[in-house]
Formats: sequence, C-alpha cells, structure tokens
Amino acid sequence: MGAGHGAGATSPRILVFSTANISDPGIDLAGSQHRHYASSISTITVPCSSSIQPRWIVYALEHGFDGVFLAIDGDECAYLPDCNARSSRIAAQAQERLRPLGIALERVRMAALCSVCSEAFVKHMDEFAAQLAALPVEVAA
Amino acid sequence: MEHQELTTPSPDGEHRRIGVYICHCGGNISDFVDVAAVRDAVATDPNVVHAETTLFACSDATQHDMVERIQRDGLDGLVVASCSPKLHVPTFRAVSRRAGLNQFQYTQVNIREQCSWVHSDDRPGATAKATGLVRAGIGHASLSVPLEPVGVDTVPSALVVGGGVAGLRAAVGLADLGLSVTLVERTDHLGGAVGGLGAMFPSNQSGRELIAQLVDEVAARPTISVLLETELVAKSGTFGNYEVRLEGPAGTDPVTATVGVLVIATGFASYEPALGEYGYGIEGVLTLPEFTAMLDASPGPLHYRGRPVGSIAYVYCVGSRQPGGNEYCSKYCCTATAHVAVQVAARDDRVTQYHLYRDVRTYGVYELLYEEARKRGSVYLKYADDAPPDVERRGDQLVVTARDTLTGPAELEIPVDLVVLVTGMVAAPNHDLTSLLKLPLGSDGFYNEIHPKLRPVETVVDGVLIAGASQGPKTVSESVASALAAVAQSGAMLLNGRAELNPLVAVAGAACAWCGECAAVCPYDAISRVEVDGVAVAHIDPSACKGCGGCAPYCPNEAIDLLGVTTAQVEHMIDGMVGPVREEVLVS
Repeated sequence: MGAGHGAGATSPRILVFSTANISDPGIDLAGSQHRHYASSISTITVPCSSSIQPRWIVYALEHGFDGVFLAIDGDECAYLPDCNARSSRIAAQAQERLRPLGIALERVRMAALCSVCSEAFVKHMDEFAAQLAALPVEVAA
Repeated sequence: MEHQELTTPSPDGEHRRIGVYICHCGGNISDFVDVAAVRDAVATDPNVVHAETTLFACSDATQHDMVERIQRDGLDGLVVASCSPKLHVPTFRAVSRRAGLNQFQYTQVNIREQCSWVHSDDRPGATAKATGLVRAGIGHASLSVPLEPVGVDTVPSALVVGGGVAGLRAAVGLADLGLSVTLVERTDHLGGAVGGLGAMFPSNQSGRELIAQLVDEVAARPTISVLLETELVAKSGTFGNYEVRLEGPAGTDPVTATVGVLVIATGFASYEPALGEYGYGIEGVLTLPEFTAMLDASPGPLHYRGRPVGSIAYVYCVGSRQPGGNEYCSKYCCTATAHVAVQVAARDDRVTQYHLYRDVRTYGVYELLYEEARKRGSVYLKYADDAPPDVERRGDQLVVTARDTLTGPAELEIPVDLVVLVTGMVAAPNHDLTSLLKLPLGSDGFYNEIHPKLRPVETVVDGVLIAGASQGPKTVSESVASALAAVAQSGAMLLNGRAELNPLVAVAGAACAWCGECAAVCPYDAISRVEVDGVAVAHIDPSACKGCGGCAPYCPNEAIDLLGVTTAQVEHMIDGMVGPVREEVLVS
C-alpha cells in the first residue's frame, strides 16, 4: 500500500482513459486491495483504448488536467487485433495537436494495463505524477 | 437513413430532470468521503431535480424509493454514485425499466473502488474527487438519449466446428436443449486429438473409448447431422441468423445452413520441436505424443526399435514458457508425464526414469499422480530456467547433461536409452477460419474470450462461442466443461427466439463526407457507403457494430460518435471532474 499521497489538491491532476473489460477491473482491483494513489487521479471508461479520440486528450489538458494516461488493452483486446498500434497512433496524434499549443508531449502517457494489474497501475500513477510534477508550467504559445 | 442527434437539452435554458443517489455503502464510502458534502455540491446543478444520500443504494427499499421518485418527479435521468459498474449496472438498469425510464439514461459513478477505498487517508481529497466524479456522471446523464437494444429474431440451430471431444460433447448438449445441430469436421473421422490417445490421466480410461462413447451419443440423436471432410468456408448475416456455407469433399455440393450460433471447437496442435532442439532428430529422442503413441501400440515391457528400454529421461517444458517462443504453460504435460511414468513402472519396475523439470505443475488432485510416480522410483531433477539440459548421442548411448539446482553445482551426465521431450500445446493452424469469423487471437495464438472469468466462452463476435483447447491448453475435463458452458450460453441466446444486442454502437454524424477511412479500419464489416439525398455518407449497421469505437479516431472530420461515450459526453465529464473553478487552468 502506498503511503503519503494525501492532499490531492497539490498533486498533479491526471485523467486516465481506461477500458471497461480490461483495465477497469485492474483499477477496481487496486480499490479492492486498498492500494492508495493520489485523489487527483480520475478515470473515464471507454470500451476499447482504440476508441479514445485525440481531441479528448487535448481537451482534458486544456481544461485543467496536468496529464492524460491511456491504459491500453495491448494484446489482450477482445475487439481489435491491432489495438496496440491503433492506441499508439491516437497518443501520437494527440501529441501532434499539443505541440502547437505549447503543451509538453510528456503530459500524455500510455501503457498496457491488464485486468489484474492493480499494483502496476499504482506504480504507473506514482511515476507519472512525479514526472508531471517535475515539468515546468507551460505558458500558452 | 437518418443521423442520430445526440444532444437533447435545448440551449435556451431548458434543463434535464436528473435524480442523483449517493451511496454510503454502509461505511465503505461514507467513512472516507463526506457524502453529504458531495450531495450539497451537486444538488444545485440546474440539471438535477433531486439529490440524496442513501445507506445502501442497492437495497430493496432504496430501489423502491428510486422507482417512486422517477415516476413522481418525472425524472429523465438517473445517476447512482456507489460501487464499480461491474456490480450493479444490471440492478439500476432494472430499476429504470421498472420506473419507465429508459435504462440507457441511467449513469453509474464509481466512488468506492475508484475513490473511497483508494483515498482512505485523504478525506478532503476523496470528497473533492467524489464530487467531481458525480458531476461528471451528471454531465454524462444530461446528454443521455433513450436507446433501445437492437432486437433480433434467432433460429434454434447451431453449427459446431470441430469433431473432437469438445465439439462432440457440445453437439450432444445442444441437441438435448432442443436445438438442431450441424457438426463439421475437417478430417475423415471424428475424435480429434483425444481420439488418438490410449490411457489418459487420471482414471486410465482410453481416449478412443471416450470418443467412441460420445460418437454413439451423437448417432443416437437424429437432430445432429455430422459432415466429415467438411469445412466452414463462408459466413454472412448477423447474430441469431447466420448463413453458413459448408464445403465437403471434392465432387460433393456445398451445403448452406442457417444457424443461430457457432461453437468453435477446433482444438490444438502439439508443439513440434525444431531439429536439434534438445537433440530432437537424434534416434531415441521422442516427443511426449510420440512416446505415448508408442506405449499405446505395444503392451508389456518397453522396447524401442527392437531393443529393451532400461532408462528414460523426460525433459520438461520443451517449447513452453520460453521468452520469444511460447511463453505460456500448457499445464497438462506435467501430469501426463507423471501418468506415463506410472504406466511405464507398472509394466517394468526396473526401468529407471529421470524427470528433468523446471517446476512440477501437477495441480489439484493430479498431485497424487506425481506422488505415485515418485513412489514408483521416478527421480525428479530441477534444472534452472537459464540452463536447460543438453541431449547428445555418444555411440549407442544417449546422454543428457544437466545441473540439478536442488543438489548442488555438479554437472550430471545421465546415460539413457530414450529421451522424451515433454512438449505442450500450441494453437492449431486455422488461419482461414480465424479470418473468416474475424475471431480475435491472444498473443499465444489461441482464440480470445470476452472476459476470462465472467464471459469465458463468448467472443466479441456475437453468437460465436469458443470451446475446448481452441481457446488455450486444457485437459479433457476442462475442455468438456468449456464445451458445456458454450452449450448453456447458446441456450441462453437462442431458446427465447429473440435476442438483444448492445445498442451502444458507433454512429456517423452530419459532418461525415464519406472518405471510406472508417469502413477500411472496421474489422467487422459494419460500415458501408450509402447515399442520403444524393450525398454519400457512412452508414454503421447497429447489428454488426461491436461498439468498440475503433473507427472514430480515423475520421478526418471527427464525425463518428460512440453512443454512451460521445465526444460531448466526454467533454462534459472532463468539465465535471475539473469542477467549476477554472482559474488554475494550465493553458488558457
């Protein structure tokens, strides 16, 4: 169990896009196991990580989130055999849109997360939060 | 063809009538989240007409109150903030239906697994987050539209592909449910892998006998028709009414049939070592299936090429659990080998048997076989993952060189008469069938189910079920259990005569200018070009769309929305999570 998260207001705000059948159960499992992560992290559920639209990522970063994490299905996707490649394309396209806005590309992060990956999820969140906290605050381009 | 409008609130200030229930879950939520503060924060939302906290949202009493409230206040949206959607979405969808509210205008918000339980050290933070999540749920519900499940009529018949133990048992079960069954088998005989086996663990019953029994059962049911040397070559239509084309031996006419479901039971192939892999190719080096066939073919003391066998080395995990190769464990081979060793010892207790293993996985009751093998003299030596044994022939002797990690660093040279490579299961080569059915494969090459625990035999292709070792390595009893699960699921799908499909599908909106990108990336052939008033646009067939949304990011006009997760809903959810304070916005 992680410790010392506490005061969510000061931690970077992270939006996680997660999938209903694969990563959501992993994130829920972190809850069942009472593994702590920062309360500034929230999740939106999609059926498949290939359905995340680049403009959602940009919207989140423009409207108050400090980072967006894509919990992708990887090889486990039940819908699309090339889900990995599709999800990478989405992240890359979002980053292309961030560049002219002067928003650091590191604010978008992606990793495969399985249905029992509770510990991995918390680790990803801790690492991402630390990485975001170290980024300089951008000024609009 | 019409395009669905996704936003219902009119911009002139007319608001939705949403009811919000925030659950204590006993204390599971309210011990760590100030649920009253959450209620107060969202009650003033112009789309909310009622907000309350409740000790248990799922209790009968609260469900009853919800139904009354929805009817009395004329609610057009329901938000329940409690546990994970995995638990009670069916409960509150049923509440909505009972109250006359469209079930897709209810939104579940997870403030337990994803809030109270993970922020129990941070009450202000957990309360602020829960407030954001509930606001997001209200935003989602405020853009919800009534949806009806896509209803389809189904025909009471099934196609079983594969005549092995799983396919045969499935055919018998389906027929006993009252469904008519067509079973196709690619080869000229029934039985599959099990049909070629002699004594099997744990009871020593032979595979041949088991299959003969099942074939008799099949023959006794006139509603099962068996087509040998026949393959499925085409499938069209939708779930409940698939038209399939079956091609038999040359000279026969292809058969077409209408079936409600397909049960895919195409089995596995045995791993074939490369020449030279652990000495494979050297005389006296056999795979486990080759060795069991040899045992089966001749009773009495063991002979190989006319000479008595006095010693055997079994090398485990050949082709299994190897990075870059087959990374998985086939989980039947350890037990099968222990069983073989017991049989060999029973025939001639002077045979020395060495087992060079990585881990012994004779799980459950099969542990007894492992114990019996050891009692009968089998010697187990554990080799390290990164130091596999070496097999070579010196003169007329085979020599296995290995280090036993349990007894010390010394290298052991074991002279033996036979080496048995304990090989596992690999996916059967079924490229044509896989691409015809558009079945997803796992990284191991076997067919993938929707959910390993909750939906273990269904695939994302509605009405296409998987059974037996086509899904992954299985013992006979596991194969039969999965075949019967596929039978039960087929019954659940077909016995009503009518089935409902998930209506949360993709829709192409007014911005569509037909470029074909979406159709090209849809593996389910759900998208086609149609003309509306002389203009070409994309049409997404709701009964073929799986609702993955994979097409949406490819649309250059961003014209595709996935119902239930539309762009407008996602943006409302993000706004809700961030909250009304916008001063800290990163980039203005």
